[in-house]
Amino acid sequence: MSLRSPLGRVLGLGSAKDGTGHWWAQRVTAVALVPLTLWFFIALLSLPALDYSTVKAWLALPVSSFLAVLTVGVLTYHAYLGTTVVVEDYVHGAGLKVASLMLLRFLYVVFGGAGIFAILRVAFGS
Amino acid sequence: MPVRARPLSPHVLIYRWQLGNTLSILHRATGVALAFGLVALSYWLMSLAGGQDSYDDAMRVLTSPLSLLFLLGWTFSFWYHLLNGVRHLVWDAGYGFERTPRHVSGWIAVSGAVLLTAGAGFWVWHGATS
Repeated sequence: MSLRSPLGRVLGLGSAKDGTGHWWAQRVTAVALVPLTLWFFIALLSLPALDYSTVKAWLALPVSSFLAVLTVGVLTYHAYLGTTVVVEDYVHGAGLKVASLMLLRFLYVVFGGAGIFAILRVAFGS
Repeated sequence: MPVRARPLSPHVLIYRWQLGNTLSILHRATGVALAFGLVALSYWLMSLAGGQDSYDDAMRVLTSPLSLLFLLGWTFSFWYHLLNGVRHLVWDAGYGFERTPRHVSGWIAVSGAVLLTAGAGFWVWHGATS
């Protein structure tokens, strides 16, 4: 006899309360990041120079800015998922753990947000 | 209560060091390093949005000898995490668990990352000096 309620069995979330959500999101973002980061890396190294006008003209192209926003966005989310597990593994004590996880989340919103904001600012002109 | 021999997690001090655990630790370490790289990427993009002066300032900071060392480290981390990440995705799909494919793919990830890092470094250095 199982003591699990029919509802619990249907939801399939287990004791961690979020089922396979974290694991799956990490894989989906990993797959998306293969082409995105390769594009970003190769595109950047293919530029004739890394001076202001060259980089700005490149990033202002609609294709570049769109893909760059996707890259920074997915990268931030993937990094958040990964380093959250690292903090959960190594930071002990409930208070410190919650505080670290919250700080981590704030930092990702700040740095990911700043990166995306900067790309949009270049794309739409200032 | 009977004492049962329950499975334990590896004891770090007596655990025999091998390729698998080294590459696993390296995957996590490079992932954490790349997360810090996001801060540098964000800083660089913000400097670009700030105009010519702020971009030139940022490029001076980012091309200092110490920064170049970091950029080299991030480049290696990027290639290794990418190659080893694909290795993990193949495992997730249910393939490559046997000893030989596991070791071969592991060495491909490491040597591929070293070669691609050297290639990217040479490419940038060549572009900067020609």
